[in-house]
Amino acid sequence: MSETTQREAPLSTTAERQAVTSQAGATPSRDWVIVTRGIKREYDMGGEIVRALRGVDVAIRRNEYVAIMGPSGSGKSTLMNIVGCLDTPTAGEYWLNGTLVSSMKDDELARIRNKEIGFVFQTFNLLPRATALHNVELPLVYAGMSARQRKETAAYALERVQLTSRMYHKPNELSGGQRQRVAIARALVNNPSILLADEPTGNLDSATSSEIMKVFEELADQGQTVIMVTHEADIAAHARRVVALHDGQVSSDTRREHFVAQNSTAIEAKQ
Amino acid sequence: MLFFESIRLALSTIRAQKLKSFFTLLGVCIGVMFLIAVVSIVEGMGRYMEQDLIGKLIGVNSFELRYRPNINIGDVDPSVWESYRRRPRLFHDDVAPVIAALPEGARWAVVSDNNLPVSSRYSGGPRNAQISAVEGEFFAIRKFEIAEGRDFTPQELSMGTPVVIIGPDVVKRLFPTVSPLGRELRMGGLPYMVIGVLKAQGSAIGLSFDNQVFAPWQAPVHRLLNRVPQIIDAVIVQVPSAAQMTEAQERVRQVMRVRHRLRPGQPDNFTLQTSESALAFWNKLKRYLVLAGIALPAIGLVVGAIVIMNIMLVAVAERTREIGIRKALGARRADILSQFLVEAATLSTVGAVVGIALGIGLAKFIAAVSPLPASVASWSIIVGVALGAGVGIISGVYPASRASLLDPIAALRQE
Ligand SMILES: Nc1ncnc2c1ncn2[C@@H]1O[C@H](COP(=O)(O)OP(=O)(O)OP(=O)(O)O)[C@@H](O)[C@H]1O
Ligand SMILES: [Mg+2]
Repeated sequence: MSETTQREAPLSTTAERQAVTSQAGATPSRDWVIVTRGIKREYDMGGEIVRALRGVDVAIRRNEYVAIMGPSGSGKSTLMNIVGCLDTPTAGEYWLNGTLVSSMKDDELARIRNKEIGFVFQTFNLLPRATALHNVELPLVYAGMSARQRKETAAYALERVQLTSRMYHKPNELSGGQRQRVAIARALVNNPSILLADEPTGNLDSATSSEIMKVFEELADQGQTVIMVTHEADIAAHARRVVALHDGQVSSDTRREHFVAQNSTAIEAKQ
Repeated sequence: MLFFESIRLALSTIRAQKLKSFFTLLGVCIGVMFLIAVVSIVEGMGRYMEQDLIGKLIGVNSFELRYRPNINIGDVDPSVWESYRRRPRLFHDDVAPVIAALPEGARWAVVSDNNLPVSSRYSGGPRNAQISAVEGEFFAIRKFEIAEGRDFTPQELSMGTPVVIIGPDVVKRLFPTVSPLGRELRMGGLPYMVIGVLKAQGSAIGLSFDNQVFAPWQAPVHRLLNRVPQIIDAVIVQVPSAAQMTEAQERVRQVMRVRHRLRPGQPDNFTLQTSESALAFWNKLKRYLVLAGIALPAIGLVVGAIVIMNIMLVAVAERTREIGIRKALGARRADILSQFLVEAATLSTVGAVVGIALGIGLAKFIAAVSPLPASVASWSIIVGVALGAGVGIISGVYPASRASLLDPIAALRQE
């Protein structure tokens, strides 16, 4: 099968394969932040079944920086939503930090989103009427933190993305890159175990994109687990591991060096 | 989410959408405004009726023996009027036996009154005033106080000395430039000396208590007050406590039945009028007023509730993306539900508070331009605020639960 043939030599796939293929229901070891086993997501469109995911097996270690690539409609966003606990799979298991998330109820998922997950969206998704600071405070509000502590914590998160000077600006008073940095600060403010980004540079020009990629790079260097969806090879090349989706299934899973070597033409054309 | 955070959020939404909020609040605002205004006026009238007017007309713990009631409640049947007309009048001879029958500690007064012209040398032509010829402790029972000068002496009362005590309006009309004390005024062609001036009682509902002249009953003026000189209008009796009212009335009734030679089974042909019988009229009126005071605002509140529900549904639709964002960041269903509930409640409470302010203003305005008194009841303010919050919560439930049930992914995808 193509999946196995493409998991080539330089990959540390043995351990990963063990994690995902070990017996269904078995709790993965603590090394793995994310383990999905045979995740399926099907939409019933009035009798016609749309299979967005057809059995995805992925295992991601703590501190990894992973890019998910694939053509439009391949199921990247669907996978991200499930990994981000915004959606639940129709079949399969999703383990987050050794907890089986795929069978959780609504309010438990909300708690996981609040504590374990930081989301960065293509369209920023900031509250337009709130200041940068207040936007960053939001996850802390739902975590039940006191107003004073909230403000301190949010201000620190904005400092991490170099936006201290724009704390009291509203989104429409900020540039695209600044907005995305506010969104990143908001995603980080609760110290999540994973930072998820669905096409974070999709709405940005190339200069701003590389500015944002630098932020991700730094976060990854500091030990933050990052998973990023993109369909641009040069953006994916920033990650240390690239998982490719095709038609709702993992088609390849490679280290950055290998990915760069294979896609050099596409990447250089952009740079 | 924290309660105060929700309120802060709601207030900022109101601030951001001033015009829309204004229309949202209008229904609740008007409803509460009318509630406060109507209740204030009903309260004010009630307080006035119970404490002031009735007290002045009849007095506390007192009743009046009259040949027919002079305060009539609602419509009186023509046949009843006819029977009143045929009743025998009360005469001064009746006074002594009635007084003799009273229980210990009771106070009494005799009064005859009519409207007559009064004149003085210190002003133009004669002016009409309410002339009362009194005997006994009239001023004490009616709580009339003397501002200047003095009360009648027992000798003046028994001898019918031509002296008078006058109200401040009479002073204004007949003695505009000089002190009335020791000066003369004329009634029925005879001179009377002013020995006292009463404190102002004020007026309400068109009745003035200040355009009055009081003379001893025995003074000549009593002849002008009724067709036959010996007729009296009323014997007023006041007992020390409410518990003694029934007994005193019963004793007076027996005396009068004997004097009028009524056989057992024949109805009384005189009236014992109490403040309760006058209050009964007021209580009946009050019931209608309170009903109107509730029905009118209720309509406003129902309209307000429908408007708020619609506005909140629109708000939920417009802010679907915001709801998606909040859910993605960890808001639970309960958080979203309470956010929109608190928002609706805050919105409508703000409307209620504005309505309370306007209602108090309206009540004060009505009190200022009309003879109706107003008294803002603190309970109506509390009810107003509670109604505001209640209307908001009730009309917010459906929109808020719709918001809380939104699917986060679908919500985020909305433009
Ligand atoms: N709510 C939905 N209802 C029905 N079908 C859906 C729904 N969401 C996604 N799909 C389908 O699932 C498939 C995968 O969609 P997904 O959004 O995950 O693709 P993607 O890889 O993120 O694409 P893109 O690069 O364009 O964002 C598509 O065929 C899409 O039409
Ligand atoms: Mg997508």
